Amino acid sequence: MKTTVDLLQIGDKATITHVDLDKIPLKLLEMGCLPGNELEVIQIAPFGDPIYLNVNNGSHLAIRMETAHEIEVELIVK
Amino acid sequence: MSIQNINVALIGNPNTGKTSVFNQLTGLNQQVGNYPGITVEKKIGFCKLPNNFKANILDLPGTYSLNASSIDENVVIELLLNRNDKLYPDVVLLITDVENLKRNLLLFTQIKDLEIPTILVINMADRMQYKGISLDIPYLEQHLKTKIGLISSRKSLGITELKNLIVNYKSISTEPCLNASNIDEDYFNKLRKTFPNQLLYKLWLVITQDVNFLNLDRNEIRSSFTKSHSDLKRLQQKETIKRYQFINDVLKEGQKIDASIAKDLRSKLDRVLTHKIWGYVIFFVILFVIFQSIFEWSKIPMDFIDSTFASLSSLANDRLPAGVLTNLISQGIIPGIGGILIFIPQIAFLFLFISILEESGYMSRVVFLMDKIMRKFGLSGKSVVPLISGTACAIPAIMATRNIENWKERLITILVTPFTTCSARLPVYAIIISLVIPDERLLGVLNMQGLTLMFLYLLGFGSAIISAYLLNKILKIKGKTYFVVEMPNYKLPLFKNVAINVIEKTKSFVFGAGKIILAISIILWFLASNGPSSAFDNAEKIITEKHQQENLNLTPAHLQSEIDSYKLEQSYIGILGKTIEPVIKPLGYDWKIGIAVLSSFAAREVFVGTLATIYSVGGSDNEDTIKNKMKAEVNPITGEKIFNFASGISLLLFYAFAMQCASTLAVTKKETNTWKWPIAQLIFMSGLAYFVAFIAYQVFK
Repeated sequence: MKTTVDLLQIGDKATITHVDLDKIPLKLLEMGCLPGNELEVIQIAPFGDPIYLNVNNGSHLAIRMETAHEIEVELIVK
Repeated sequence: MSIQNINVALIGNPNTGKTSVFNQLTGLNQQVGNYPGITVEKKIGFCKLPNNFKANILDLPGTYSLNASSIDENVVIELLLNRNDKLYPDVVLLITDVENLKRNLLLFTQIKDLEIPTILVINMADRMQYKGISLDIPYLEQHLKTKIGLISSRKSLGITELKNLIVNYKSISTEPCLNASNIDEDYFNKLRKTFPNQLLYKLWLVITQDVNFLNLDRNEIRSSFTKSHSDLKRLQQKETIKRYQFINDVLKEGQKIDASIAKDLRSKLDRVLTHKIWGYVIFFVILFVIFQSIFEWSKIPMDFIDSTFASLSSLANDRLPAGVLTNLISQGIIPGIGGILIFIPQIAFLFLFISILEESGYMSRVVFLMDKIMRKFGLSGKSVVPLISGTACAIPAIMATRNIENWKERLITILVTPFTTCSARLPVYAIIISLVIPDERLLGVLNMQGLTLMFLYLLGFGSAIISAYLLNKILKIKGKTYFVVEMPNYKLPLFKNVAINVIEKTKSFVFGAGKIILAISIILWFLASNGPSSAFDNAEKIITEKHQQENLNLTPAHLQSEIDSYKLEQSYIGILGKTIEPVIKPLGYDWKIGIAVLSSFAAREVFVGTLATIYSVGGSDNEDTIKNKMKAEVNPITGEKIFNFASGISLLLFYAFAMQCASTLAVTKKETNTWKWPIAQLIFMSGLAYFVAFIAYQVFK
């Protein structure tokens, strides 16, 4: 199922399919947010933002929902 | 054999234990300074190696890649691009974390492209088994074209082997790992032809980064090889993907991870520490413990320092031959130094707690928890770190705003951080609280003085947050709203790292503030011991005659104190104090406090030292502590205590709000690149302080 990262639930795993370069900092790509890599939602902060991800099996980072919205993914069905 | 000096640079991602490796190699043999012109911390250490080698070890700021996004990261690139730099490394130690090898290797492949001998240091190797990771070192060494040092800086494993690797740095291949230039063959071929003597990757960095580059005219490169911003970014993305492809291929063979073995403490802790209720409860309990303990635990050493310096002063007075120099020493310099050293316990405790919070990885969870809330006030979750470390000192706190990506959020953080209760306010608070707030316990547990202090800290945070909210409404700045924060693994803080950090920070604070305080003490002492008119010189005669005329029979001691205070009033400082008295009187201060407040505009912590100097000059006995002298001060007309509840509260509030730190103004200027913001800080904060202190005094009077 195609979706974006901001719509994922805690525990969801997904494969990144596309990132919008103009809306995403290079730093995020360097930390592993690249098409083809997997990510997992570890936690969503209490007021619904930011989102805490494990990207590319080991890169743990938190981003805001507006950035998460620019990362397109394919949900991996458990 | 003669000694060979080599330069070794430590480079790596944040949170890979780079600083612990640095501490392991250098011990306490290190110097902390600044890079010229910018306020980025520069740490150099020295290390003896086998075979008569000596190494200068440079700990560079943490970075994820050579594409810099802050001035801290720029430092790394500028050094690596400048072969003429005195510190240009003969060998780079690329410090990586064993659990995050993949991401760390990105930076590794970039540095390899610069053809500098680079040793891959895999830290935290003791956790490999626990995490189910196994590495094929010979395979990795062959494909990454380097030597690998497997170490654990926490358990001091592999350090000797690492030193041997450093000594043999000349045997390390300088060949790049991969050819990244085939992301756009035409473009890079043209570049290579135009600048045949330059490294291709170097040229590429010059084109994409804002770095100084000595040997090449970057305008020339840029004009002929320019591309649109988004084209460059697209190429950088391609480059990153290319590098990851290579890294993934190498790790597929060289690294095995058995996820079933991995034990996961992280997710268990995360579940509690970022919980929607427990997360906040734990955070506030931690803050509460920190602030209660700072006041309770520091009390004993502080009282000890205070009384030691009081008796040292009287000792100097008794033992040294009487004269001007003795007065300067016993009345100016010793109380001045005492006024500095007395902060050491509290500052050390503050830095201790802050470095434990950062070292353990907990600070990132706080950033995560607080981001949404902070954004309502125009701040970022990352503003929490400056606001908390602002309780130690606003200067490093303002520098810590550099990792806030959004300029508006960063500017607001810089502007409001000085409201947080920094350690320089502590001695002022401590002495006034102990004078005007009773040392009683509420409900048998909570110390009233501790509660007052806690309230002042909350007031500091509160005013920072409210000002941020207002600034957010007023400032019209649009900018990108990126926010990326790494959530590092939880780690038990290393005693050695924390200790070195506490010692270094306390040292630099004491010496930095010490110079100002000492200078001001001496100036004040001079101004208090001399006067412009004959009334100052003839004080003894004037007072004695006055008493004779009025036929008052005074004890000699009483007469002497009358003479002393008359003399002080006729001195330069007395005249200055009397001049400003009308302005500060509505706040409940006498002219002596006025002088102390005025001199605090250089640095707040001068307050206690100033009062110490003024009272020492005025009084004939030096045995008493500053606190007792302050307690004894009375208004000569009404007989009321000078430091009473109303004037005490007024002073506390004045110091809570006023912008009284020249160094903070200077660092704000440096970070914002204009005088506009520091001047705004000065006027707004000090105006607010005056207003609030005025209201408070009038209400409680």
